[in-house]
Amino acid sequence: MKKLINDPADVISEALRGMAIAHPELRIDQTNRIVYRGDAPIPGKVGLISGGGSGHEPLHGGFVGQGMLDAACAGEVFTSPVPDQMLEATKNVDGGAGVLHIVKNYTGDVMNFDMAAELAEAEGITVESVVVDDDVAVQDSTYTAGRRGVGATVLVEKIAGAAADQGRSLADVVDVARRVNAASRSMGVALTSCTVPAVGHPTFDLSDTEIEVGIGIHGEPGRQRMAMQSARAVAELMLEPVLADLDFSGDDGVVLFANSMGATPLIELYVMYSEFAAILDKAGIAIARSLVGPYITSLDMAGCSVTLMRADEELLRLWDHPVNTPALRRGC
Amino acid sequence: MGDVNLSLLTDWVREFARAVGETAQYLTDLDAAIGDADHGINMDRGMTAVLGALDEAAPADISALCKQVGMTLVKSVGGASGPLYGTFFLRMAGALSADESVDAADFAKALRAGVEGVVQRGRAEAGDKTMFDALAPALDALDAALASGGGLAAALADATIAAENGRDATEFMVARKGRASYLGQRSVGHVDPGATSATILIAAAASAFATGG
Repeated sequence: MKKLINDPADVISEALRGMAIAHPELRIDQTNRIVYRGDAPIPGKVGLISGGGSGHEPLHGGFVGQGMLDAACAGEVFTSPVPDQMLEATKNVDGGAGVLHIVKNYTGDVMNFDMAAELAEAEGITVESVVVDDDVAVQDSTYTAGRRGVGATVLVEKIAGAAADQGRSLADVVDVARRVNAASRSMGVALTSCTVPAVGHPTFDLSDTEIEVGIGIHGEPGRQRMAMQSARAVAELMLEPVLADLDFSGDDGVVLFANSMGATPLIELYVMYSEFAAILDKAGIAIARSLVGPYITSLDMAGCSVTLMRADEELLRLWDHPVNTPALRRGC
Repeated sequence: MGDVNLSLLTDWVREFARAVGETAQYLTDLDAAIGDADHGINMDRGMTAVLGALDEAAPADISALCKQVGMTLVKSVGGASGPLYGTFFLRMAGALSADESVDAADFAKALRAGVEGVVQRGRAEAGDKTMFDALAPALDALDAALASGGGLAAALADATIAAENGRDATEFMVARKGRASYLGQRSVGHVDPGATSATILIAAAASAFATGG
C-alpha cells in the first residue's frame, strides 16, 4: 500500500483537522467527527444533516455550508457513523423548524440513522428521513437490501439544501428531496479496486484488462466483470440500464452528473461526459445542467459513475440557487 | 438464582473480545469477498471499547453488564454490526433482572430475546445468509439440550456445533440482506462474515461456561 498518510488509524481525524484549518468558516467537532456550518443552527431554517462512512470525499463534509448541509457525520472508512454522532448533530442544527436526515440506502446507514431518529424524537426534535436509492446496478426487490444510494445523494443534498435555504417547511424540503431521488438513476464502473487504509491491500482483484460493471462506492464487487473497452462502449454500457429504468424524456431535460470514483482524472471524465452527451442527444434527451468531477468517490478507485436526474422547472431553480461549500460553490 | 452470574457473563464477554481480536483478519477477509472488507476491523474496535469500558467501571449486575456492552457497541462500531450486536446485548439486558444470577433457562430466554432484537433491527429471515442463520439453530439446540435435562455447559457446546453448521450452510446461500445481497448469485460460495462472528459469540459462551461453570 502506498498512501499519503501517517498512520491508518489517524486518517480521519487528521483529514478533519486539515479541513478545519483550510475552511475556517466551518466548525469541526473532532471528538464526535462532525462538520458543521460555522453559523449553525440557523433559527427558523430546516436543518439538513447527512453522514456516512468516510472515503467518499468530498461527500459529505465537503457539502456543508450555505445552500447545502448544516452538518455531516463522518464514520470510519466505508462504515456508517454511529447514532450518538447523528443525535449530537441533529441537536446542534435544529433551528426550531425540524431536521432532515439524508441517508444513503445501506443496511448499516439506515439502521444507525433509524436509532438516531428515535433518540432525537425522544428529545422532542422533529426528524424526517429521506433514503437515497438510485443505483440501477442493484435489483430492487424483496431479495436484496434495495438499491444503493450513490450519485443522486449529491443532487439531493444540493437541491433539498436550496429548498431549506429558501426557508421552506420540513414537509416541503422532504418532498423536494424525495422528488429528486425518485427522478434520479445512477450506474458506476470500476477500472481498479480501492484500498482501505486499515486493510492495506485492494478490496478485490481486477486485472489490467478487466472492468467491474455496476460497482458501488465501497469497493463492493459489481454486477459483472468484463473486458476493458473504449470510453464509447463503456458509456453505452453504463447509460443503457439507466435509460431503461426511467423515462427521461420531458420538456425540461436532465441534469447529467459525471462523477469520478477518485483516481480517474478529469480529462478522462470529460471524454466520458462527451460520450454520455452523445448518447442522450441520440435519445432526444436535452441536457439542462451538468456536474462533472469527483464528488462521491471510493477512495483511490479508478472508474466513474453517471447519474441522470429528470429535471423540472422547480428543481432547476433550486439547482441554480446559490451554494457555498468547500466542494461546491457558485452564486455566492 | 442460578448458575449464571456476573463473573461468568463477564468471562463470556472477555472471551468473545479475545476471539474476535484473534480472528479479526479472517472476518475482514470474508467480508472483502462479499461485502466491504471491514467486519473484523469494526468488531475488534467495538469489543476493544467494551473491554475498556469494563476496566473503567465494572457493572453492578448481569443486566447492567449486558446494557453496558450493548451501549458501547452501538457507540463504537457503526456499520450494520454496531446496531445489530448492540441491540442483541441491549435486549438481553432487558430480559435479565438486576438479580445476582439466573438459571440456565432464564439465560437461554435472555439469549432468545437478544436474537429477536437482531431480527427486528435487521429484518432478516432464515436463509437470508446473515448472522441469524447461525444464531437461530444455536438457540434451538440450546433449548433442546436444556429441555432434555443437560447442563448449561453441555447445552452451549451443542449450541456451538449447531451455530457452526448454520454458519457453514451460509456458504451455499444467496445473500438477501446487507451489502452481500447486491451480488445476488455471486454471493454463493462464500461463508457469511456475520454468521461467522455470531458463531464466535456462541462458542465464546461455551468456552467461558465450560471453564467457569
